[in-house]
Amino acid sequence: MAGDTQQTGTEYIQHHLTNLTYGQHPENGWSFAHNAQEAAEMGFMAVNVDSLGWSFGLGVIFLLLFRWAAKRATTGVPSGWQNFVEMMVEFVDGVVKDSFHGRNPWIAPMALTIFVWVFLMNLMDLVPVDVIPWLMLQAGVHFQKIVPSTDPNITLGMALAVFGMIIYYSIKVKGIGGFLGELTLQPFSAKNPVVQAVFIPINLALELVGLLAKPFSLGLRLFGNMYAGEMIFILIAMMYSAGWVLGTFGGALQLGWAIFHILIITLQAFIFMVLTVVYLSMAHEDH
Amino acid sequence: MNINLTLFGQLVSFLFFVWFCKKFVWTAIINAMEERQKKIADGLDAADRASRDLELAQEKATERLKEAKQEAASILEQANKRANQIVGEAKEEARAEGDRLKAAAQAEIEQDVNRAKEELRKRGAVLALAGAEKILQANIDESANRTLVDKLAAEL
Repeated sequence: MAGDTQQTGTEYIQHHLTNLTYGQHPENGWSFAHNAQEAAEMGFMAVNVDSLGWSFGLGVIFLLLFRWAAKRATTGVPSGWQNFVEMMVEFVDGVVKDSFHGRNPWIAPMALTIFVWVFLMNLMDLVPVDVIPWLMLQAGVHFQKIVPSTDPNITLGMALAVFGMIIYYSIKVKGIGGFLGELTLQPFSAKNPVVQAVFIPINLALELVGLLAKPFSLGLRLFGNMYAGEMIFILIAMMYSAGWVLGTFGGALQLGWAIFHILIITLQAFIFMVLTVVYLSMAHEDH
Repeated sequence: MNINLTLFGQLVSFLFFVWFCKKFVWTAIINAMEERQKKIADGLDAADRASRDLELAQEKATERLKEAKQEAASILEQANKRANQIVGEAKEEARAEGDRLKAAAQAEIEQDVNRAKEELRKRGAVLALAGAEKILQANIDESANRTLVDKLAAEL
């Protein structure tokens, strides 16, 4: 906590970077982790309750708000919230029409979901870093990370879903043979079957790297940007405990960084959406 | 920072949200928007048609007006012609009547003149006879000299 003299800077930062984890600890069984080390010891059989909770909650808020507009959607003159929702839908539809050339009714709603959901998750970054963790602490909850997109599980989870769709649509559109052919018969190809046989493993290695790089770059880009942004907010927040001069300076810095961050969170949400659409468009393209 | 089950929690939530978004949000909104687009296009079409109709109607009205004007002009011309004709006829008639009256008057005058002349002649004959009687101092037998007197009167 800022202003808490019992805590060193390192502890403060670490505290802010620790998720509220519920999982199977080798010694304590199913329980909440009391510190970062316990959370690490839980291994894979654990859930970051805060990340997942905020992420799911924000998704539900997004869907409820948009569902509200969809229910009242009329062909008359739209107003207020409906107007905004239609603007978003039209914007996403435009992006999808520009970059996606196949015919798939799922792509556009998925792009909308990604854009708004990721934006909302990133938006949590603008809530002052100490407010909710402090409130949670008063309620007896020790750890709380409120920005889901600073948790690699969240970003990679979405990227993995996108990766699954890439594989699914590649096979669906090109057939299993077509997909394997795409992985093995390019970029190098030859008329001579012997030379071609030599090229196949090389092609496979290259294409597999390219294929696997997609979900990782997608998920880690968002994670990295948001994590770094969050870290800077935490560092700025530390200045509040260092006297009123540095504190005031920190306030100015926080305001500046928050304003700049509005751009970053929107941009990252947009990039995640566009890349997803582009990857899926590539999956739909038959050579 | 540990990779754990959260990954799959997020994956499943993501797929669920996409499904929900497609089924309950996207379709309704995009349909409403497309319908509105169609409605607006129809409205614009109708407006186009209406303005074309208006133009046509205006053209027709102008034509009608021109026709009506022409008709009115021709009727007016005809009326004028007819009026002139009537006036001409009336003049002609008047002239003829005048001529007739003049002729009748002349004839009457002539008749009167003749009658007067006749009278004059007769009186002249009588006067001549009276004069001759006076001159001859004798009563001329009127009946005896009737032929002579008549001859004299005719010569006057």
